Parts: sequence; C-alpha cells; structure tokens
Amino acid sequence: MAHVSNYNLDQKFDFTASTKKALFIGLGIGAVLLILGILVAIFGGGDHGHAEEAGGHAFHWYQRLYANLWINNVYFTGIAVIGVFFFAIQYAAQAGWSAGILRVMLSLGNWLPIAAVLMIVTFFIANHDLFHWTHSYLFDKDDLEHYDKIIDGKGSFFYWPMEKGTFPIFYIVRMFAFFGIWIFFFNKLKNLSFAEDNLTGSHNWSAIRKWSAIFLILFGITSSISAWDWVMSIDTHWFSTMFGWYVFASWFVAGLSVITLITVFLKEKGYLEMVNENHIHDLGKFVFAFSIFWTYIWFSQFLLIYYANIPEESVYFVERLSSDVYSPFIFVNLALNFVLPFLVLMTRDAKRHSIFLKVVCSLIILGHWFDFFLMVQPGTLGHNGGFGLMEVGMLLVFASAFGFVALKSLAKNKLVAKNHPMLEESYHHHI
Amino acid sequence: MERDKNFVLGVFEDEDVLLEAVAKVRGSGVKIHEVYSPFPVHGLDEELGYKRSKLPIAAFLFGMLGTCLALTMQFYMMKIDWPMIIGGKDHAGLPNFIPVTFELTVLLAAFGMVGVFMITSNLKPWAQPRIFDLRITDDKHVMAIDLATNAAVGEAQIGDILKSCGASEVNKKSFE
Repeated sequence: MAHVSNYNLDQKFDFTASTKKALFIGLGIGAVLLILGILVAIFGGGDHGHAEEAGGHAFHWYQRLYANLWINNVYFTGIAVIGVFFFAIQYAAQAGWSAGILRVMLSLGNWLPIAAVLMIVTFFIANHDLFHWTHSYLFDKDDLEHYDKIIDGKGSFFYWPMEKGTFPIFYIVRMFAFFGIWIFFFNKLKNLSFAEDNLTGSHNWSAIRKWSAIFLILFGITSSISAWDWVMSIDTHWFSTMFGWYVFASWFVAGLSVITLITVFLKEKGYLEMVNENHIHDLGKFVFAFSIFWTYIWFSQFLLIYYANIPEESVYFVERLSSDVYSPFIFVNLALNFVLPFLVLMTRDAKRHSIFLKVVCSLIILGHWFDFFLMVQPGTLGHNGGFGLMEVGMLLVFASAFGFVALKSLAKNKLVAKNHPMLEESYHHHI
Repeated sequence: MERDKNFVLGVFEDEDVLLEAVAKVRGSGVKIHEVYSPFPVHGLDEELGYKRSKLPIAAFLFGMLGTCLALTMQFYMMKIDWPMIIGGKDHAGLPNFIPVTFELTVLLAAFGMVGVFMITSNLKPWAQPRIFDLRITDDKHVMAIDLATNAAVGEAQIGDILKSCGASEVNKKSFE
C-alpha cells in the first residue's frame, strides 16, 4: 500500500516569474482602472453640486476612494484572519484530513501586518468621511441643530474614557488590540508549525492545539466586536445583534474559497501530490455548507427586521432596497453567494472536479466583496456611490497584492507540514 | 441450475485481505453476488464495481416537491382562501413564506429519501432477510458467489480461487 513517505515532503513552492508576472499584470490593470476611476470621479461629475449632504458636507471624489479602501481593507483582513482561524480549527478539532493543506491556510495570515497598517492609516486619514460618529458636533448639547441624542448615547463605545467627540481612544485601542491579538497568534502558530518540521513526536502538535484553543476563544470575541467597530458603526443609528455573525460568515466563506483556490492552483502546478480529490471534496463541502450558513444568517437578519418593521431597524434595508444605486446589488449578492454555490456545488462530482470549484470560488470571492460593498457604501457615500471603475480597480489591486503576499510566503518554507502526526491519516482520507 | 439459490461462501478474517481478494476474484472472471461485513469497509463498493447510488437524485426531487407544495399551500391559504393582514404585510409576501418552505423542503427530502431507501433496499417490515452466515454480524467477512451465474467456472475452481485469495473457509449455502 502506498504511503505518504513515498512523496517529496520537502517540496517548496517555486514562485515562478510567470506567476509573478500574472499577478503584476492584475495589479497593473487594477491600478490603471483605479486611476481612471479617480479621474472620472474628479472631472466627470463626481461632485454633483449637491451641496448639502447628510452631514452638511459637499461630496468629494476622495470619499469614494476612502470607502473603497475601507471595503477592501475589511474584506481582505477578514480573509487573512480566516486563514489563521481555519488552521486553529483543524487543531482544536484534531482534524486529520487537512494535514496536507495546513500551510495553505497559514499563508493567508501573512497579509495581517499589511492589513493592520492599511486599516489604521485609512482610519486616521478618512475618519470623518467614513464614520459619521467622528464628528464632535454630534455630542454638543448646545448645538441644537446637530446634537444627536442616539449617537450621544452610544458615544462612550468609541470615546471612553475621553470626553465624547474628542479623540476615539477606546475605538483605536480596540483596533490595535484586534490586530495585535491576531498577529501574535498567527506568529505563534506559524513558528510552532514550522519548528515542527525539524522535530519528531507530537510535542508541537499539542502546543499548537493549546494555542489554537486560546485563539479561537479570543477570535470569537474579537471578530464580533471588530465587525461592529469597522462595519456596523458606519450606520451609527442602526444596530443588529446578528451583525458580528453576519460579517464572520461572509469572511469565512470568502476565506474558504481562497484556501480552495490556492490548493487547486498548487495542485495544478504539480505540488501537494498527497492531496487528492477527497481533500478537494472536503473543501468544496465547506464552501457549500458555509455559503448556506451565510444565507441563513443574512436571511435571519433580514426576516426579523422585515417582519417587526421597526423604523429604526428597517432603515438599513430601506436605504439599500429603495435605492437605484444599491438595490440591484442585493440580488447580485444573493445570486452569487447563495443560488450559484447551492445549485452548482450540490452534486458530489462538482465538488471533486476542480473546474467547478475554480469558477464557483472565484465568483464567491467576488460575491462576498459585493456583500461588503453593500455594508459600507450606502452609509458612507449614499447615492454618490456605485460599482464603477474605482471599485473594480481597487479590488484588483488588493486581490493581486494579497495573492502575491500569500504565494511569496508559500515559496519561503516547506509546503507540507511533514512531521505532522496525522499526515499519514490525511493521505488515506477517503470519502 | 436455478439462480439465487446455491452459493459458495468465502469467509475472510481481515478487511485488507478481503479488498484484495475482491479484486482478484473479479479479475479471474467470477461474478460476486454480494459481500457481507460486520462494519463498513472503505473502498469495498469501488472494488465491487458498484455504481454510485441514485439516492441523492430522489432526495433532490422530493425536496423540490416540498418547496412547491409549501409555496402552493401558503399562497392558497394566505392569498386566496382566507387573506389575512399580519404585521401590515402583503398577503403574499414571499419572505414570510421562506421559513415554512424551508422546513417542508427538508422534511419531504428526508422522508422521501428514507422511503426510497427502504423500498430499493427491500427493507419492508415483513421481508425475511437471508442470513448467509451468522458470523457476518460478529467478526467475519463473507463473500457470496452465486453458482448459477458462474456455472462456466464450476464450484471446485471457485473454491480454489477463494482459498488462494486468503479465505479462511470455503462453505456452501443453499436457500429454499
């Protein structure tokens, strides 16, 4: 009977010039489209002359640039942290099937430090243009025209212990803490996993399991709160108790799709020989199942708000469904993220053949970008938003850069955790 | 000789031996009636050359039936038969119908699948199961070979093939 030791386990991914070239072409096209989009926004009537927006500001082209930066920041941060999360899940669950593709999951986390810098810089540059609650006049009780009782009531969540309307210290500390925790655990798990390549026995496996369990608890808290902070606080008046789960579900499906795509890509290049259609099948099942999970969360949030019809809750969907700009994308979102994976990935054969997975996973990654687009843009840009050159360009830039970082890290170390105690079990995985 | 009456049984102790034996027996041109084992053996159905079950198709069709039934029922009740205003919503507001539709889809898919499985596997309550060897419920794997379909090979030679493949016993079993 064949054994996993028959394969070359010291293999490293060769990040060839042609792969790099493809990514740089993607990056270049994205950058060109982005610049074209900016030019169109500056000269082509991005400023409609609607002098009075909600906050009393005229609309500027750079607001749309900031909103795009924020959408992609949040989205790709999520995908990166899901790589670490899914890795931790494998250890916490003592999963054997995934031992061959652990390094693929881990590679996504390398985006986290870059994401942290981008997110923090974007927040400091764009705070007033993205977050209504950063305006100090909202908290001034003497300013009868602008004082906002509801936001004042929520103010401590951003400003504590400082005075409301000054410097959002609590918010910023949280942002640093989330990235700090995620990057710390990513490095911890990565170092333990790579150190295992030179060890025998199960010592590092047990250590990773312990750190994974701690990370999962912290991730449960941080993922929810980061979703409130970074996404839900854009619509400051509105709130949903399901929002943390909703954002997590969106991140998770997108992250699983990226893991599947990279695994399929590596297999087609001739790497990961011990990963066969059974492992691909399991990844496909995860993508299928969590697409339905996302739909379940999305619909649960929608149905409760629709049925109760309380104005302060339903405003979120009214803003999107009754808008000429955003209403079509609600249905694009549902079609790409539910109907497509549900119908295409339902059969066993579709999950075992990489051609179906490549198409569906790519479209899911696009679909969940639309999900974040729908979360961020209506609250920041209103009717000045939309899906145009800037959006396509920025997504391409981020996706290419993310792919470059992930593949570069795969080229640096061994592709397979060769001393993982369950590698043999993974090889014989059969479903 | 009548079919489905007289069998040669190869008794196997180990599932790895069994898996290799199945390939060898089929390779030598003998048709296997069925293999009985006390626990699921991975890869056995591939070795026996079984086609994939069509049960998922039945599940999908029953699920579709459930979806159609649920939507028809709710539209008839809420829009045609006895329109009621609930929460100020339209009589035929589709989002209202989704939870019930989902539940009926799952229910009919599950019940339909169980029903189809019972019928195709001959698991009706009054069915009399044929026991080839009592030990298949304990610790032995048994390969049953129908003598009628393998008349060209002959009983003695089938026994020799089974022995050479690692069968610990070769028995004969006849049913009325």
